[in-house]
Amino acid sequence: MSEVAAAIEAACPGAVLADLEHVGETTVEIAADHLLTVARFIQGAPLSFTLLSDVTCADFPEHADAGRFRLAYHLYAPESGRRVRLRVWAGAEDPEVPSVTPVWRTADWHERETYDMFGVRFAGHPDLARILMPLDWEGHPLRRDYPLGGEEVVFTDAE
Amino acid sequence: MPSEANLGAMPFDEETRTALEASRREGRALTETERAIVGAEALTPLEAIERSRQSADRADHAPGSRQPMIINLGPQHPSTHGVLRLVTQLDGEVIRDLHPVIGYLHTGIEKQCENKTYWQAITLVTRMDYLASYFNTAAYTMAVERLLGLEVPERAQYIRVIMMEINRIASHLVWLGTSGLELGAMTMMFYSYREREKALDLGEMIAGDRMNTRFFQVGGCADDIPQGFEQRVRTWIDELPGHIDTWEGMLSTNPIWVDRTRGVGVLPADELLNLGVTGPVLRAAGVDLDLRRANPYCGYEHFDFQVPLGTAGDSYDRYTVRMREMRESARIIQQALDGLPEGRHIADDRKVVLPPRGELATSMEALIHHFKLVTEGFTVPEGESYVAVESPRGELGCYVVADGTPKPRRVHMRDPSFVNLQALRPMARGAYLADLVTMIGSLDNVMGGVDR
Repeated sequence: MSEVAAAIEAACPGAVLADLEHVGETTVEIAADHLLTVARFIQGAPLSFTLLSDVTCADFPEHADAGRFRLAYHLYAPESGRRVRLRVWAGAEDPEVPSVTPVWRTADWHERETYDMFGVRFAGHPDLARILMPLDWEGHPLRRDYPLGGEEVVFTDAE
Repeated sequence: MPSEANLGAMPFDEETRTALEASRREGRALTETERAIVGAEALTPLEAIERSRQSADRADHAPGSRQPMIINLGPQHPSTHGVLRLVTQLDGEVIRDLHPVIGYLHTGIEKQCENKTYWQAITLVTRMDYLASYFNTAAYTMAVERLLGLEVPERAQYIRVIMMEINRIASHLVWLGTSGLELGAMTMMFYSYREREKALDLGEMIAGDRMNTRFFQVGGCADDIPQGFEQRVRTWIDELPGHIDTWEGMLSTNPIWVDRTRGVGVLPADELLNLGVTGPVLRAAGVDLDLRRANPYCGYEHFDFQVPLGTAGDSYDRYTVRMREMRESARIIQQALDGLPEGRHIADDRKVVLPPRGELATSMEALIHHFKLVTEGFTVPEGESYVAVESPRGELGCYVVADGTPKPRRVHMRDPSFVNLQALRPMARGAYLADLVTMIGSLDNVMGGVDR
């Protein structure tokens, strides 16, 4: 188990589901209901991952039993220069995870983008509105079952 | 700002109406941003005049009881560096609140990348933050290289450093020219764009394209540096410090420039970090965080350069930090040219890298490799990687998820413009409207990167 995963498991028992090292990057899989506790712990000393670089999602329709929407929280500790990725599965039906905006305010727009693009809801987010797509847009474009279609072109000589 | 109750009586823009219907269907209230957009779109000019006449007639029109005025700045507004819309609540000249509305340049690049092979997607990511196109491709190709376990030759890394630093200077020059223009220093535009032209010409010389070159490939660079290129770069960077002296002479002690930028847009360093702000804006507040120094990539550990820091964190400090960064970039280019190692400009892995053009006429194997790579692309083993580089605006990260096919499962860009723009709201609250222009300029957002 990696150092970060061990520290998380010691502070929040039952939070770490898996822990892997791949191509030199550390990923710790967290149970969705422990996310906010883990976020609070990892942001404070001694780990001090004070900068939340990114929150994003990837869609795995074939892994519906695992949770389909895999969220990735990329964290950076400015003092030590270390990075870690937290991974959370959001669930195939009505995907929802707790928002980390109380810990890192920067998560606000990242979570809005993830909601807009994947339809993953963030419980406790202060302002979960669409951000890139128009407010009245239907569907969530980055889901794998959302077609990449062109807009129909109306030619001037058409009837 | 209209309350929930009287929303029904107002004329709406079509988008707002359907959003409202959707929220009612879902049984939830409008969120703060949605309410701000609805409030800004509710009235036509004639209705607004009628409304203010009614409120003026009211008996309780005592000082301090007035309603805030809602002004839509943008999306077409010259000082917003693109299509940024700000729904601003004004009390006289003071900004009470502000809601950035983005997405006008959203072109679904991330979605399109999922439907292209890895090498085709390079062309798409180039066009995200169009002023820092080399950085976009660098982050993306490095993420793919990490997943492939591909070693990039040292010469290729040095050429990447040279091109990225030229790009950093060119990007800062656009910021300098436009910021100057916004605050009335028109001459800056001509001086800085003259130098930027030369940087774009260098791009044209090395890649055949001025702005959105796809010069960085998975495995290295598309080509070696052409003859005469080194000399032209040297001439350009030798002249640059003198030009920067001239520009600083025009601005640094200019009373108008100093008055308009000193003390404007200050946020404490820990709040900036909590908001995810990186790059020159964070360094101007005194935080020593530069990924080239903190987590070196592409061989930045070989170069001697300084990380310019500010103290006050205001727009003036952001200006000085960027000016000094240009000098440091010139020094890095100089060192990279001096120490440019011999060797290949791209990795020698025929499963990933196109064979040299000349071999196609003589070698059957090269022709097959070429054909396979162009039609099918190469496969990347399952996994995920996140590579961050220090772009002119801060941490530019690229997150690639591979599923073992020739197309990426997910490509996501953590664009510093997108993240830094969040800081505009806390910065602008309680400030004067005129200073808003300075703040947007000092954040240096590129809307192509914000909306992707």
